[in-house]
Amino acid sequence: MNRMWAIVERELRKFFRSPALMLVAMVFPLVQLIVLGNAFGGKIKDARVGVVDQDHGTQAVKVREALAAVQSNARTFTPVPYDSDRQAMEDVRTGRIDGAIIIPPEYSRRVYEQNHPRIALIVDNTDNFMSSTLEQEFSDLTKALNNPDVEPSRIVQQITLDTVELYPYIEYMKYLLPGSIVLAMFVSVMIGGGMLYIDDKARGVHEGYLVTPITKFELVAGLNIAGAIKAVLAGIVITILGSLLSGLGSVFVPQNFFYILLLIVATSVAFNTMMFLMMVRVEDPLVPRATFGILNTLLFFPSGAIYPIKAFPPWLRGIAYIDPFTYAVDGFKAILLKDAGFVAIRSDLAYLLISAAVMITIATALFKRTL
Amino acid sequence: MSWFSRKTQPSAACEAPVSGDAIVVDHIVKKYGDFTAVDDVSFNVHQGEIFGLLGPNGAGKSTLIRMMTTLLPINGGRALINGFDVAKDPDSVRHCMGVIPQALTSDIDLTVEENLNIYAKLYGVSAEDRKRNIDDLLTTVDLLKWRHAQTKTLSGGMRRRLEIARGLVHSPKIFFLDEPTTGLDPVSRVAVWEMLTEIKNRRALTILITTHYMDEADRLCDRIAIVDHGKLVALDSPAALKASVPGTNVIEAQFLNAPADWQEELQKLDDVTSVQSEAANMYRILSSDGSKTTTELVELAVRSQVQVKSLSVQNTTLDDVFVHFTGRQLRDEQVKAFGFVMPDRPGMRP
Repeated sequence: MNRMWAIVERELRKFFRSPALMLVAMVFPLVQLIVLGNAFGGKIKDARVGVVDQDHGTQAVKVREALAAVQSNARTFTPVPYDSDRQAMEDVRTGRIDGAIIIPPEYSRRVYEQNHPRIALIVDNTDNFMSSTLEQEFSDLTKALNNPDVEPSRIVQQITLDTVELYPYIEYMKYLLPGSIVLAMFVSVMIGGGMLYIDDKARGVHEGYLVTPITKFELVAGLNIAGAIKAVLAGIVITILGSLLSGLGSVFVPQNFFYILLLIVATSVAFNTMMFLMMVRVEDPLVPRATFGILNTLLFFPSGAIYPIKAFPPWLRGIAYIDPFTYAVDGFKAILLKDAGFVAIRSDLAYLLISAAVMITIATALFKRTL
Repeated sequence: MSWFSRKTQPSAACEAPVSGDAIVVDHIVKKYGDFTAVDDVSFNVHQGEIFGLLGPNGAGKSTLIRMMTTLLPINGGRALINGFDVAKDPDSVRHCMGVIPQALTSDIDLTVEENLNIYAKLYGVSAEDRKRNIDDLLTTVDLLKWRHAQTKTLSGGMRRRLEIARGLVHSPKIFFLDEPTTGLDPVSRVAVWEMLTEIKNRRALTILITTHYMDEADRLCDRIAIVDHGKLVALDSPAALKASVPGTNVIEAQFLNAPADWQEELQKLDDVTSVQSEAANMYRILSSDGSKTTTELVELAVRSQVQVKSLSVQNTTLDDVFVHFTGRQLRDEQVKAFGFVMPDRPGMRP
């Protein structure tokens, strides 16, 4: 086993002489956490909504007052008066305004007559996020307009839903942190276990190993342990930095930190063995570089790190169910966001460690002891 | 699975000393599909000698050395290193040999001492032996004061010396070097030759080197095997190989306005054993008495009103030996292989 540790020593000495690797491994996930966390996490503010009042009646005034109230309070949108519905529609199409409300002629009279009064909302549905926000906002607004001014004394039989939130509101940046930690470990493995491994092969370093009496298992284990240690270091650093940036304190509870450490180790080992298996017969240094983007997309995005797996089509769910990223992200979410304890992560840990054992066994069998 | 059940070697030392030859290569064959890279090659290397494999790029030298050093599977025949069969007992072979590949593969981010330490650990050398052996080797290769320097700060010659030390860190009995001076300047090459000779004598090593430099083979090797197109075409000491070429001197002469039958005229001169016509009216004449033939040649040229543009007389070299056995010059083979003569680059892989 001393020979195995010699490989680990060599790899780690190189690693600490090249801090650029550590930086590169962490910069990408950190940038993603900060940019995506802030870009996707906020609510729509100050959208411009055109208002075409073709009624000018008292009920139309009531609608305009409601719109002004939203502008003053939630600031979701700012009403912009228009004379022509055609012009408003054209401006929605060209992007000058984000939506338009048309209050048709006879609107007030229909309200008083209780004769199906309608308001039209024109939205640009090429932007799903903006259009659904406006639809939601105007649904709430019309619901409020429909409420009678005076509540009836006898409560009619209405079913209401009360939502109980188990956890405080999770901002998107916090939601994204587990994925960022996992991504940092993957990038570290991709560079340290993928690219550098193939570069060493191409430079003839492995030829130097193969003429020594080191066994196949010692060599494979040494390379994998070294790669996993690098990923563990990247994981620990990004967990602490990411928690501080996103304002998540749960990792600083000693018990949680221990669980996180377990997850980091299991994830690092699983990722490294997966990468080693992919690269075990590769000779060309271009291959890991060319596959980096594909692997990142194929493994990170289906993992539930940025979008729920339940929303995926069946084939994508299939990828998610075998993807080690999924179990790593799930485990980190359970500890960092839910403080759920060991019970919540034991199946994730089991999957990661069992898949690592399977992958290292296959990789060792495929590893060639000759050139 | 075999990798779990392999018996661990009790020590890093090469056990089972042999009384016979250090290396036995017996009808060895290597094929890549239909292409035969090494074709039925046999030779023995005696203990304590420096043995050279000489041939152009692509001749099969590196393939041969890689089969002997357990890096490539052998398709036919067998190779014994210190008495151990390469195919059947590769671990024992690995304990007995040090190998320096053609490329410079020491870690540039690690220091000189760290590089040696890592490899000593890979060979299972004990901490005590490691310290003593590394100190001794660093002194021998003149890198003692650079022991804490990062390898990337060393010159090409120093890095090659480090590689040599690395290959000896476990005190092997047999040392394989694949083109050890490729990419080095002439001064560094001579330094490496002297170092290898000294190391061989001090450590009672058997050394096998591959080279395409004639002067290196001539200066360093006790015996030389000439390899061409995967086959062994000649094997003997440099002196014996040179003596086997008809004629003891080589006269190279270039003429202007030489007649069509000029080669036949030259052949008629006394003591001339062969005349080869080369490009641009250049003739290569082998003679058993160089000075006499030169005098007669000049007289013949004056008589025939043929102008002598250049003339040189030299003793038979290994280049002549190579031409004699293969019918081509070593340099021609490099031109053919690459379209031009490759400049030597440090770290260039075969």
